[in-house]
Parts: sequence; C-alpha cells; structure tokens
Amino acid sequence: MYKYDDYDQRIVDERVAQFKDQTDRYLAGELTEEQFLPLRLQNGLYVQRYAPMLRVAVPYGLMSSQQVRKLAHIARTYDKGYAHISTRTNVQFNWPELADVPAILAELASVQMHAIQTSGNCIRNTTTDQFAGVVPNELVDPRPYCEIIRQWSTFHPEFAFLPRKFKIAVNSHETDDRVATLLHDIGIKIVRNSADEIGFQVYVGGGLGRTPIVASLVKEFLAEKDLLTYLDAVLRVYNLNGRRDNKYKARIKILVKALGVEAFAKLVDEEWQHLKDGPGTLTDQELERIKGHFTAPDYKVLSASSELKTQTQENKAFSNWYNRNVSEHKVAGYAIVTLTLKKLGTAPGDITDQQLDTVADLADKYSLGEVRGSHEQNLVLADVEESQLFALWQEAKAAGFATPNLGLLTDMICCPGGDFCALANAKSLPVAEALQEKFDNLDYLHDLGEIDLNISGCMNACGHHHIGHIGILGVDKKGAEFYQVSLGGKSGVGANVGKILGPSFARDQMPMIIEKILSIFVDLRIDGERFIDTYDRVGQAPFKERVYAKAN
Amino acid sequence: MQKLINHTGVIDNNWALIETVEGELPSGQILVPASYWLENLEALKGRSDVGIWFAADAQIAPFLALISDVAVIAINFPAFANGRGYSLARLVKERSGFKGELRAFGDVLLDQLFFMRRCGFDTYLLKEGLSGEKAVEYFATFADPYQLAYDKPEPLFRRKGA
Ligand code: SF4
Repeated sequence: MYKYDDYDQRIVDERVAQFKDQTDRYLAGELTEEQFLPLRLQNGLYVQRYAPMLRVAVPYGLMSSQQVRKLAHIARTYDKGYAHISTRTNVQFNWPELADVPAILAELASVQMHAIQTSGNCIRNTTTDQFAGVVPNELVDPRPYCEIIRQWSTFHPEFAFLPRKFKIAVNSHETDDRVATLLHDIGIKIVRNSADEIGFQVYVGGGLGRTPIVASLVKEFLAEKDLLTYLDAVLRVYNLNGRRDNKYKARIKILVKALGVEAFAKLVDEEWQHLKDGPGTLTDQELERIKGHFTAPDYKVLSASSELKTQTQENKAFSNWYNRNVSEHKVAGYAIVTLTLKKLGTAPGDITDQQLDTVADLADKYSLGEVRGSHEQNLVLADVEESQLFALWQEAKAAGFATPNLGLLTDMICCPGGDFCALANAKSLPVAEALQEKFDNLDYLHDLGEIDLNISGCMNACGHHHIGHIGILGVDKKGAEFYQVSLGGKSGVGANVGKILGPSFARDQMPMIIEKILSIFVDLRIDGERFIDTYDRVGQAPFKERVYAKAN
Repeated sequence: MQKLINHTGVIDNNWALIETVEGELPSGQILVPASYWLENLEALKGRSDVGIWFAADAQIAPFLALISDVAVIAINFPAFANGRGYSLARLVKERSGFKGELRAFGDVLLDQLFFMRRCGFDTYLLKEGLSGEKAVEYFATFADPYQLAYDKPEPLFRRKGA
C-alpha cells in the first residue's frame, strides 16, 4: 500500500495545524458559525442530530493493521467505543467532542491518515474495487491511479469550493463492477486499446440523490499520462458552468444533462487542448513510483488445500460461510475473505473498538497486515492462504464477523438515517433491524439467493437505495415517517435505477411488505434465477398488483 | 476600514471600485464593471487609470484576448463558498497575457487566502474587521502542495525530481 514520503507527511501535518487554528478561532468567536461550517466540513466534521460526526478518509478503502488499531484507539478514547464504516469506505465516529477533533487528527496523522475532503463541496475520497489487485480478470491494479487522483485532489486550489460535492470512482475489472462506477460524478474505466496501451474510458455525470442518473461516456480513450490534465479540464468546465443557484441542480450530472453529452464533451475537450501535454502530464517516473507502492507481495507457491475440501464437507456452517463470504483469488492457494458487519442487533457498518482490534490482529495473522473496506459496508482480508481459512473462520465467528450472508438479503446497505443524521426524513436503522430480525433463517436466505437491499433515510441516498434490487427510501408524509419501495435497481455493470413500486408504507408494515415481495419472487422464479433476473423477466406489474392487492 | 494586502503586508488602496457607472466616469484610478468596459472598449482600452472588475458569474472568454495591458483586474467573491473566482483568476493570469495586478474582493476571509494566491491573485481586499498583519500568515499554510497552479508551474512530482 502507499507509504507517505516526507512531502505527504508534511501536508498532513500542516493540515492538523491548520484545523487546530481554525477550531481555536471558532471557539474564540473569531470565526462565525457560517464561516466555520465549510472549513469543518472539508475536514469531515458534521454537526449531527445529537453530536458532531467525524468522517475519516480511508483512501480507496485500504488500511494497514496499524491504522485499524489507531481507529480502535480513537473509538475507545474519544468516542463511545464504536466506529461506522460508510458506503464510501470511510470510517465515521459519531460522538467526538469538537474540542477533541484537532487531537484526533494529530493521532491520525501519526499513522498517515487524515479527514481531508471527506465532506463539503470538494473532490471526495476516490473509491475502487475492494478486491483490487487480488481478483482474477483484472486489467491492472486500479489503486495507483486512485492514489494519483488522491494527491492531485488534495487541497487543489482551484476546486476547493465547487458548486457541489464531487466523487470519482475507478474500476479495472473486465466483467465485474463492485464500485458502482457509473453512478459517480466521474467514473473511470481502465481499458486497453488496440495498440495494447493502458488508458481510461471517462464517464461523467452519474449520481444518486434526488435525480439518479447513470454517467455518460465523454472520452473513449484517454492515455495514462493524460489522466490529471483531463481531470483538470472536466473540473474547470464544471466549476465555471455548474449551477450555484440551486443546490439540487448543482451536481455535474445536471450540467451534463442541460448541455447534452456532446456539447459537454466538446467544452471539456477545448479546455483540455490548453492543458494537454503541459507540465500536468504524468511522467513515467511518477507512474513507476506510485505503482511501486502497490506491487504484489511475495506469494508462496501453494497447491489447492485438500484439508479445506474435507473441512467444507464436514462442517455445514463453515461450508456456508466459505461459499458466501470467500471469493476467488488470482493466485492459486489464496483466497479473499469478506468479514461481514451485518449481524442481527448491530447497525450495518457499525464496529466496536474491540472488533477493530480483532480485525487488525486477524489481518496481521492471516492477511499480510492489510484490511479493506467495501462500499457494502463490510471489511475484506485480501490475501488469506486457503489452508488458514478454517482457523480464520473460527476466530472471525467468535468476533461476530462471519455471518455467512454476503450478498444475501440481510447483507443490506443502510445509511445512519434519522437516528443520527440531521437531514433524514425517517429512521433507517430500525427498518434494517426489523428486516434482519424477520429474515434470520439462513436456509431461507440462501434459498432466496443474492439480493441487494438498500435503505436511505432521505433523498440524499447515502444508503444507495436507487441501485438496490430492492430499495427503501424514508419519506416524510405530513410529519410521519413513511417508506417508499423501489424495485429493479442495479449497481454493477448494467447499472440501473430502480422503479418506484407505488404508495409508501408505514414502518411497521415494512417487514410484511418485503416478505410479500419475496414470496412473489419465489412463486415466479424459474430455477436458478436471482431476484433481479426474475424481476427483469416479469417486470414490475405482478409485484405491484399483488403487493397492493393484499395490502389494501 | 477594509484592509488591502499583498503577500507581505498591508498596502494602500488607490483604486476605487465603481459598482455601476452612471453618467461620466469619475476621475482617478477606477475599476469599472466588466460589461461597461467591453461596451466602451475603444475609449477605455489602453487607459492606465481604468481597471476592470468581474462578478463571480462573469463570462470571461470574450475578454481574454483584450486585457493584456490592463493595470488592475478585480474578481468578486460574493460568498467565500462560491469558488468560481478561482477558475476565473487562473484564466486571467494564465491565458490572456495579463501582467497587471489581480485583486480579490468581496467575502475574502483568511482561510481561503492560500488557495487564492495559488490561483494567481496578487492583492486582497479583506472583509471588514480582519487584520492585515494576521492575514499574511495564511499564505504559507502549506509549504509544498501537490498540484501545479499559477504560483507553481509544475506539480510536486516534477518539482521533487528537479
Ligand atoms: S440518506 Fe439522508 S438520512 Fe441517510 S445519511 Fe444520507 S442524508 Fe442522512
């Protein structure tokens, strides 16, 4: 993983000093509430319903065990003993004191971490495939490009106060898309052209929120060295032309739509002609330097573990977990393990300080000391030897990370909602919990197969409800909390926005409604179909008919 | 009194900002609205006592070929969170041949000075009540930033190698 040099460290240290000064001036009354607001937001500090929330950046989801232990320490010392993994693979603390934040940032800086630009109208954390570098059929490791983007976007002087927040995702997998690339302000797909050169396909203007849109292709092939000059051009066109009069129309997706993709692409291209081949062009030396931080470890030469076969045959629970939560590694004899944070009784993505310490220990013991976050709010150990899986499973199970539900109904994505978030229309966590409770029979869950169920507490869509196969959105109906259901959303390669089923439901109806939707699916499915396959085949009508027929 | 600063300290403000021109132009060194300047291009171009001010939402393209010998250009920040002026500044400084003084005015606060300097501003009319002496410390928040910009024509990865 990327290790800071003196320059990187200095920038983060200077940030700590800067934010301490800003906090001191705010507490002394020299900065008004309004003046301090964007400054603290650019440092990931929100004031939530009950307390401030600090969002720590985890660039493209990658952490060392040392960093995870530091997060555990912060959760214990400055918070109520837990942290939350967000859908942008950042880590959030829900209860820090404002006056403690400079000290927390200093702690983070000591392990090469920060909270820079985790919120506010600036370029946010770049995300990528949580299986980057270890998954089969990847073109190249996308993480060096994410790191290059991280450095370029960190305190970019021209783009610190954009019309609205700005998110970039990078995907390098030939067939899978685990990062919802096309639902970002910029989605970068790494491709190889006919001359066998690595480059990028650039998609612009995707996003969730009030107006969910899939991004449009604006650049068919961008050479590797041109990445940053082209991003500068896109951002400049957006900064100059994006709307600032209405925050709901300020995202770049609205600009792309208003101008039309072709006109937008033309503007970007005209701007880019001024920057192309200028000093912003990446050098071979810099590309090599950054890539050098992401070289593959010295994998052992292993053969398939015969023990593993016996273990899966003899132990049903282990075999369930193995089938669900373990993914194929590109190197024979190794496996990728997802530790699920979706256990009955805990909010999706929540993790205690002790669990964080345990994750760090597991990473050291089984996976070369590295941990990754995923946008489904789980954690990943990417380099586990197959022969160690059984031992790892036992330890993970004891710590509550081995619910074998990865990709299943109860592996849901859920935003913090009305319990924590000041913007919420409705609570989301109690809905998630009620569903976890209702659907806790693992055999039933396995029989249902893969279903993405995503819950957001409001239109801002932090819980990605639009792209869940089943999406649930909290709405406010004359002051009461209601929930709107949409079906057919997709986040992967054929990304698609779900369609609203009909009038919304009260909270206590939700488990029953979801059960009804599932039973309709079970009735209609043809052998082997996943929920989304059946839905795509039969359409919304049968669901709509039967859900509302019986509900009324 | 609002303080005008450059990168080393407080300086005198010798340019009067004319919000809207009514009738005759006042005498002395003045900054006129960009639209007025363009409409009166023939009379004003080349006058060393007339500068231009741009609103944050100004369309800058028509000016870029015309402003190389203007003495002072000012860009307004109606709210510090409106960052359009940063792009305007870079275009004025990097794409028009302008060699004069680029000034920021409006909601100009301490914490944005570092970014403004990087984008090419030379002087800053601070918001009422802010101390000029204190403000100059804020130009040095980060010693060696990653990106190229007006102040550093090469990005860190090229500077490091040099
Ligand atoms: S979706 Fe709405 S309620 Fe949920 S975290 Fe985002 S802003 Fe808050």
